[in-house]
Amino acid sequence: MNLHEFLSIFISAVFIYNVILSRFLGLCPFVAISKETKPAFAMSAAVTFVITASSAVTWFIYRFLLLPFNLAYLRTLSFVLVIAALVQLIEMIIRKVSPALYRAFGIYLTLITTNCAVLGAAVLNIDMFFVKGKPVVGSFYYSLFQGVCMGLGYTLAMLIMSGIRERLEFCKVPRALHNFPIAFIIASVLSLSFMGFNGFKF
Amino acid sequence: MKSLVKEFTKGIIRENPTFVLVLGLCPTLAVSVSVANGIGMGVAATFVLLGSSMIVSLVKNFIPDKIRIPCFIVVIATFVTITELCLKAYSPVLDRALGIYVPLIVVNCIVLGRAEAFACKNNLASSFFDGLGMGVGFTLALVIISAIREFLGTGQVLGHTLIKGFEPPFVFGMPSGALLVIGLLLGLFNLIKDRKR
Repeated sequence: MNLHEFLSIFISAVFIYNVILSRFLGLCPFVAISKETKPAFAMSAAVTFVITASSAVTWFIYRFLLLPFNLAYLRTLSFVLVIAALVQLIEMIIRKVSPALYRAFGIYLTLITTNCAVLGAAVLNIDMFFVKGKPVVGSFYYSLFQGVCMGLGYTLAMLIMSGIRERLEFCKVPRALHNFPIAFIIASVLSLSFMGFNGFKF
Repeated sequence: MKSLVKEFTKGIIRENPTFVLVLGLCPTLAVSVSVANGIGMGVAATFVLLGSSMIVSLVKNFIPDKIRIPCFIVVIATFVTITELCLKAYSPVLDRALGIYVPLIVVNCIVLGRAEAFACKNNLASSFFDGLGMGVGFTLALVIISAIREFLGTGQVLGHTLIKGFEPPFVFGMPSGALLVIGLLLGLFNLIKDRKR
C-alpha cells in the first residue's frame, strides 16, 4: 500500500477508464439529465456519494459475510439488495438531517438504485482487490479510493457534457439527431479525446 | 394464439428495446466489439428476461404491492447468478470477454422494465412470449451494432474477412466508436420514423 498505487488508481478511474466514456456505466442519467449543468452536478454529487458509501459497505459484506461462509456466488444478489437498501437509508437520513440537500438531490437519489455505475464499481472493486478469495494488502482503502475516483470521473464527464449541451441549445441540430442521437455523438467525441490519456502512468 | 404472436413480434421491431425504447444501453455499447460477444450477451440477457418474466407472472398474486420492486430484483438477480455460473463453467472465454457486464444484467432496465410493465399484469404464456420477443429484439440490436463495429473496426465479421485489402480504422473497436455508431443509428431510426409520418 503506497502513494504510487493510489495515484495510478486515480488516473485509471478518472481518465483512462472513465466510468461513462470508457466503461459505459450509468449512461441513462448521462444522456437524460445532462441538458443543464445544475441538475447534472446534483446527480453526479449523489452518484459519487452513493458509490463511495456502497464501495465500503459491499467490501465489508464480501470480506466478512460472503467469503467466510463460502457464499461468493451470492455476490450479485446480495450487492444489489444492499445497494438498494443503502440508497433508501441515505435518502431517509438526508431528508431528516438536511432538507435543503434533500431538495437539491431530489429524485436523483432514488434513481441511483438502478444506476449500473454503483453496482459496477462494487463488482470491479471485488474483481481487482481480491486475489483468489483473499483481499490484497490495503484492499479496503483501495476499494474506497477507487469508489471516490469513479465518482469523480462520473462528475467530470457529466460536467463537460452538460456544459456542451447547454451551448448546443443555440445551435441548429438536424431534426433527426435531436436529443439522444446528438448526445451520443458528442459523447463519442469526448470519449475519443479521453482515449488520449491511454498510457498515462506514474 | 394471435395475441401471443403479437406479444412476441412487438419486441422485435415496434417496441425494440434498444432502438425504440432506448433501454439497457450500457451493456449494448460495452460488449458490441465483436458479433460473437454481442450474441453471447443477447442470449444471456434473453435467458434472464425469460426466466424472470415467467417467475414474476407466476408469483404476481403473492407479492404485496409495496415491496414488489425488491422482490422482482431478487428474482432477476437469481437468474443472473445462474447465468454467471453457467458461463463460468461452460464458456470461460465468453465470460472473460463479457466481464463485469454479466452481473450488471441485474440492473439492465429492460429486464426490470418488462417485469414491472408487463409480467406483473399478465399471465404466464403472454409473459413468456413478451420476454422472448424483447430478448430477441435486444439480441438483434446487439448483432446489428456489433456487426457494424466489428466490420469497421477489424474488417471482419465473425472472423471472416469480407473485403480484401480493406484497412479498418481501429477507432470503431474503441469506446468512442460504439457511441458514434449508436448515435448515428438512433438518428437513422428517427429519420425513418419522420419519413413515415
